Amino acid sequence: MSDLSQLLDTEPVVTTAGTDMLAASIEEQGTAVERADWRPPHEGTEEALNVLFSDDLMRDANEVAIGRMLAVRPQLAGVKVARDVFPDMTDRTFLHAGPPLEWERASGPMRGAIIGAMVYEGLADDPDDAAIKAARGDIELSPCHHHGAVGPMAGVTSPSMPVAVVTDAAGEGVSYSTLNEGLGKVLRYGAFGPEAIDRLHWMDEVLGPVLSAVLENRGPIDLQSLVAQALQMGDDGHNRNRAVTSLFLREIAGSLIEGADAPLDQRRTVFDFIDGNDHFMLNLVMAAGKLGSDAASGVRASSLVTVMARNGTDFGIRLSGTGDEWFIAPAPPVDGLYLGSFTEEDASPDIGDSTITETVGLGGLAMAAAPAIVGFVGGTAAGAVRRTLAMYEITMSEHPMYQIPMLEFRGTPVGIDATRVVRTGVLPQINTGVAGKVPGTGMVGAGLVEAPIECFVQGINALAATLQ
Amino acid sequence: MISRVEIHPGRYHDSVRLMQASKALQGVEGVSDALVAMATELNLSLLADMGFDMDTVIGIGPNDLLLAIHAENEDAIAAAHGALEAALTPKITRSGGIEAPDAKTIGTAAKIIGANVALLSVPGEHAFVEAMEALQDGLHVMIFSDNVPISQEITLKKYGLEHGLLVMGPDCGTTIVNGLGLGFANAVQPGSVSMVGASGTGIQEMCALLDDAGVGIKHALGTGSHDLSEDVGASSTLQALDALDADPGTELIIVVSKPPATPVAEKVRRVAAKCATPVVVTFMGETTLEEGAGEVLGMLGLPRPTYQSWEAENRDHRPGSVRGLFSGGTLRSEARHVAGPILGEIGTREQDDGHTFIDYGDDEYTQGRAHPMIDQTVRVERLAAAGHDESVGVVLMDVVLGFGANADPAAELAPIVEQVVGAGAAVVVSLCGTKGDPQGRDAQAGMLNQAGASVYLSNAAAAIEAARLATTGSSS
Repeated sequence: MSDLSQLLDTEPVVTTAGTDMLAASIEEQGTAVERADWRPPHEGTEEALNVLFSDDLMRDANEVAIGRMLAVRPQLAGVKVARDVFPDMTDRTFLHAGPPLEWERASGPMRGAIIGAMVYEGLADDPDDAAIKAARGDIELSPCHHHGAVGPMAGVTSPSMPVAVVTDAAGEGVSYSTLNEGLGKVLRYGAFGPEAIDRLHWMDEVLGPVLSAVLENRGPIDLQSLVAQALQMGDDGHNRNRAVTSLFLREIAGSLIEGADAPLDQRRTVFDFIDGNDHFMLNLVMAAGKLGSDAASGVRASSLVTVMARNGTDFGIRLSGTGDEWFIAPAPPVDGLYLGSFTEEDASPDIGDSTITETVGLGGLAMAAAPAIVGFVGGTAAGAVRRTLAMYEITMSEHPMYQIPMLEFRGTPVGIDATRVVRTGVLPQINTGVAGKVPGTGMVGAGLVEAPIECFVQGINALAATLQ
Repeated sequence: MISRVEIHPGRYHDSVRLMQASKALQGVEGVSDALVAMATELNLSLLADMGFDMDTVIGIGPNDLLLAIHAENEDAIAAAHGALEAALTPKITRSGGIEAPDAKTIGTAAKIIGANVALLSVPGEHAFVEAMEALQDGLHVMIFSDNVPISQEITLKKYGLEHGLLVMGPDCGTTIVNGLGLGFANAVQPGSVSMVGASGTGIQEMCALLDDAGVGIKHALGTGSHDLSEDVGASSTLQALDALDADPGTELIIVVSKPPATPVAEKVRRVAAKCATPVVVTFMGETTLEEGAGEVLGMLGLPRPTYQSWEAENRDHRPGSVRGLFSGGTLRSEARHVAGPILGEIGTREQDDGHTFIDYGDDEYTQGRAHPMIDQTVRVERLAAAGHDESVGVVLMDVVLGFGANADPAAELAPIVEQVVGAGAAVVVSLCGTKGDPQGRDAQAGMLNQAGASVYLSNAAAAIEAARLATTGSSS
């Protein structure tokens, strides 16, 4: 039989959950005790939790899943055209952010982005024509996540757009994202005016080919290393990407000057475009996240959250152990700060695949690394640190590469465990941009949002059902 | 002398931090020179200057971490690796300078303090998940909560047994490990007698009786009130018994339990008989705690004491039945066992006629309030009611002291005792506590005695006195 000497040889070190009286009585004896501020799990999860905790299956599965998520070494390998990398993409296929969606249920910015992309692809004469055609089913909508891809905000990806190809230096995976258009009146925020469409054309004519040539010339760029450095320079990888974008420019500068076979004026405009867009790297950080997310997917019994994504109508999550199944709740409003004269009245509900950053331990989870944007969390650096500290409660690990100086270089909280979300009621904190709700408006602000608990409740119950 | 160059692609640390790490490595015994740096051109030229083989670093760049060591032997290299990880691993403080949110699960709280025992008193229906998490994290678990389904208890105890972890409970009121009391526990002198008990107040009474006789306690491991049921099969009791048998500090073991299932009782006796350490088995329903304590004292070569009592000054009382108002289930059980032969039938429900011994620690009376050892409201009310009930001649009640219990139970009870005695009934108190208990045992006894109660340290003695009072009509 077992040896309990570990218990019997020393005075116990005790942690308590439940009535405070029992903890107080230990302190009365002059011994320290650590209390858990325990609360009952979310209603409707008790039975599922009992199943998931009945043996080591889930714990072992989670170790495997988080191990896979953290083992990827994402690198930007190339830039290609969407229709060439997505085998199922037809001329009328439009990928979008978040869980599956139909035109009828699409939000303003999502409709705006689809309209813009249809005009851009030449499938419609003008925005009104596009809306009519989209409504009658001329196009096919499919989530980016179903194609190994991610897209910020509306995430609309159409066949002619250039996409970043991110591969795994340590494995076989590959993931994709569009290239970032900048801020303001841009397609991903639902803008479809000439300014947005012209930019998209320039991106496929100039930006994509030049970057492709740069990468061919210099070889793949280690994205994880850039993000790790940027977290120590004030980025969170979601709402602040100024440092990582600067690092990216340094990475490509040499090849942009003399390695890429393109006219000087094109190379100059590519430099200026990236230089003028602090969020250029967001899409690449997202694709890097998607690589880890996909690597961690499909581990039986694992409660690891592999996807959090919104389409402006629904917020959806996926768990490793339930594979491709979506767990969906209405997309919540964003608690934000607004540009110019915009107010929350102008805001669309939460939208975008950019929550992939939170899924892999960045963004809202790494808020403590980004004091420059603490305006979103009540305005104090201490508040940002508290946000991140709270996230360790619901995550499985601490990122081995991504560190937070403010926390003595502790790794960012990574790997959201859905069981811990429903047990504690602590919700993943998300930093996000806010789109205008009227199609064509564009960006109106940025702020914070929490993933809805309902998604996790459904997910936990479905996960438990897979084991019975 | 050996040289080693390693590349960690993509692992980034700031140069200042890496200079500190290099310095730490250079201080490792057997390491003559070391460099930890990002592989920038400058650092690569340093590497060459230090005489390392540059062939190994072809193709690496400033985003890759470089580790180079000159050392006497492999041991020094290994030590250098250890020093590197120590230098680069963040020191996780609870706060990082800013107050962290409280831990919300037992797993997180355990990590903060480095716990090896989880003490759970969450509602029974939720105890399983927290207990399982604690076990998976390698903690021993004490489950104070009751109403945990028996199938979950079995799962937890099986898991604990397989992983060398003790599951104390569910419905475990008392445990003492190396003098630290968990749950309801008395302040005991250190010693070499240990206990395993499927009964909280059984352990407490045994501790009190032995402590009063000068015997110190090493451990008292509670296993929960269902452990000796047929379904659970004494899983934790046998595990604890085995561990105590192997414990070098334990010279004598006592097993205490509420009346066990017969086949399980036999199993426990068989295992006890095989222990190298002497074992005294005290099962309620067969014997009393005072008897068990006496056996222990005999084996230790100590005389059996006459346990102290504080007799009431005025011992006249009206005729009538005995009303037992208990907070400890085992104390009630023992009292019934010894009073039964004197009184005849004793009911266990409030609606029963004649003599009744009620356990107010039972679920029926604790819905929505704390255990009667903490919250005496219900018992105070029943005590007052007994005074007004002309059919009651004697009130018998336990008062349990120790850590976790009501801070001053006598102060709440004394005025009511006075009323009851004034109304003509006798009050007999079984006081379970040690001299070291925070409430002050003798002061508590004095206060109750002053109010007109007779107070006994031995629960069995109290029960016999109450029964005798009721049958003889007056005191001796």
